[in-house]
Amino acid sequence: MVNENLVKDVVKEPYKYGFVTDIETEKIEKGISEDIIKLISQKKEEPKFLLDFRLKAFKKWQKMKEPDWAELGYKKIDYQDIIYYSAPKQKEKISSLDEVDPKLLETFDKLGIPLTEQKKLTNVAVDAVFDSVSIATTFREELAEHGVIFCSISEAVKNHADLIEKYLGTVVPASDNYFAALNSAVFSDGSFVYIPKGVTCPMDLSSYFRINSGDSGQFERTLIIAEESSSVSYLEGCTAPMFDTNTLHAAVVELIALDDASIKYSTVQNWYAGDEEGIGGIFNFVTKRGKCLGKRSKISWSQVETGSAITWKYPSCLLLGEESVGEFYSVALTNNLQQADTGTKMIHIGPNTKSTIVSKGISAGNSKNSYRGLVKMGTKATGSRNYSQCDSMLIGDQASANTFPYIKSQQPNSEIEHEASTCRISEDQLFYLQSRGIEFEEAVSMMVSGFCRDVFNQLPMEFAAEADKLLALKLEGSVG
Amino acid sequence: MQSKMKESDPILEVENLSASTDNLPILKGVSLTVYPGEIHAIMGRNGCGKSTLSKIIAGHPSYNITNGNIKFLGENINTLEPEERSQSGIFLGFQYPIEIPGVSNLEFLRVSTNARRKFLNKEELDTFDFEELVKEKLEIVKMDHAFLSRSVNQGFSGGEKKRNEILQMALLEPKIAILDETDSGLDIDALRIVASGIKKISNAQTGIILITHYQRLLDEIKPNYVHVMSDGQIIKTGESDLALELEEKGYEWTDNFIKET
Repeated sequence: MVNENLVKDVVKEPYKYGFVTDIETEKIEKGISEDIIKLISQKKEEPKFLLDFRLKAFKKWQKMKEPDWAELGYKKIDYQDIIYYSAPKQKEKISSLDEVDPKLLETFDKLGIPLTEQKKLTNVAVDAVFDSVSIATTFREELAEHGVIFCSISEAVKNHADLIEKYLGTVVPASDNYFAALNSAVFSDGSFVYIPKGVTCPMDLSSYFRINSGDSGQFERTLIIAEESSSVSYLEGCTAPMFDTNTLHAAVVELIALDDASIKYSTVQNWYAGDEEGIGGIFNFVTKRGKCLGKRSKISWSQVETGSAITWKYPSCLLLGEESVGEFYSVALTNNLQQADTGTKMIHIGPNTKSTIVSKGISAGNSKNSYRGLVKMGTKATGSRNYSQCDSMLIGDQASANTFPYIKSQQPNSEIEHEASTCRISEDQLFYLQSRGIEFEEAVSMMVSGFCRDVFNQLPMEFAAEADKLLALKLEGSVG
Repeated sequence: MQSKMKESDPILEVENLSASTDNLPILKGVSLTVYPGEIHAIMGRNGCGKSTLSKIIAGHPSYNITNGNIKFLGENINTLEPEERSQSGIFLGFQYPIEIPGVSNLEFLRVSTNARRKFLNKEELDTFDFEELVKEKLEIVKMDHAFLSRSVNQGFSGGEKKRNEILQMALLEPKIAILDETDSGLDIDALRIVASGIKKISNAQTGIILITHYQRLLDEIKPNYVHVMSDGQIIKTGESDLALELEEKGYEWTDNFIKET
């Protein structure tokens, strides 16, 4: 048996991003109501169709029940005790980065996401979201030359209302689920991406979500549209300060890929996870879904989930287009009292569609880590195929791992293949590596990243290195 | 024999070592001294404690030392972590090398080699320099370069695993190597490769302990001393002809020995 204390030491790493930015913010009063929604919509100077969309969603949400099937244990959320709009006070109209509050720029600097012209990352365009609003988006002009639109969703509502009206809520309808309905009613900001026909986006696009205030939720909404024969790689990162209260994060992400288009969506989620006793941390209830609308279109999700007290997230693909492809590559690491219930849904609707699922769950401490996935073959999905592989790794003997694969096939001429395994880092493996001079913690992180290799290989290069480091940090002090 | 004065200081001194696992005594007062340039063979039946002795010297956490000392280059190492022992020059060749899925053999060998080099105040090697070094060492065990890109020991045949152990020994250049049944599961050709590898790596400054059941490894590598273990004790020590005698007469012969003190 692996020495319990040592394992604990490896997983115990102080959260690096736990600082709070002291900045004057504009917050609206707590609670949710029609008036609050109207107020948010008014603040954002939205067109009527969007206010109607919000109000309709709110009506539906009021009739819905918070889902409990994931059997996640958490204190009941008081939705009237949350602030639904919180934004750092800034000048009305910001025309350039120079006008952004230096404190905000400093915050993103500290997070490793420099935004200013001199320091900005050279190979990736960034949309920085702070609480409820987008602060800045880099490389906009360069992208515009290629016809690529990359901006906050609030701006898109103003400048590209036609696209928003056409696509918003078409992949994740407002009534889809409890948290999606809540998001549809109150979403404040997020990113918008439009890749025109035939364009390969010249650089990776990325959004960085930062929750700063302790009493407001973050409800961002992301919409990515890839027109015919276009392609884009999009990255998403998230952090939050350490508070002893729980903060709600309920996001919706919608992707649309037309004929021969491809979207790669990668996430490294490192929200504050709460302390060892499970105090504080982000409740992360997210609906992410992509629609492969076009023939031979492709949507690929890869995610590294290491943060949040609770993660409830199933990035999915609706495979409508003939020969369209859906992929899901996931690493979910939980420690202490974290709970993760994550997986995917691959809905095969069109003929000859293909999907691949590779899920790696690592549970340490007293955490609970579940894979939950659905593979469905519709009546017209002839010749379609799915391959799923779900592996779990347990560190210590208090952690738990579950796999819930659901399979529904209405099409006999289709194939579904599922493999699953559970392993434990054994004392013999650790001793072997140690007896070759490799320090205990390095041995653990070598084995963990070895376990995750299939998924890390799918991540964009810089992200893979970051993910590897992040996992090592998260596990520091946890194994023994 | 072993008490006789030597010119240099011993590499390893095991002094009256007793150890247990789950409160079950396994070693009951083992003493053994290895000087530079010496090859010792430890023989004995399954379960006599010889593998345990090797694991305890390497620092396996499952065993508790209840009495006695292990000294390496004059320093007591009873409480050192396994990685510290390895870095300072103790090598254990595993009887059953462990598979580590997903971890590339090349990267594993490099991290391991660098840990030892760091201890020796030598420059750590980057991927390119390490490739050069490992290529040279692969020759010693006649291993194909393709082994390096596979996961550590995963899907290796018995012989490949053992050769991978000797490759590690070649890279780490230990002061003392304890080879636990390195000969088991090897065919004659593989045995020759492994034996010649061990001979190439060892020199007048290093010590070797061979743990084995069989004479055939000792035909290839002639030991200076042979120790026979039974029930957690060394019951007889002799020179290399003791192994031959043992081969001929079998372990029943040793049952009659009285422990030599």
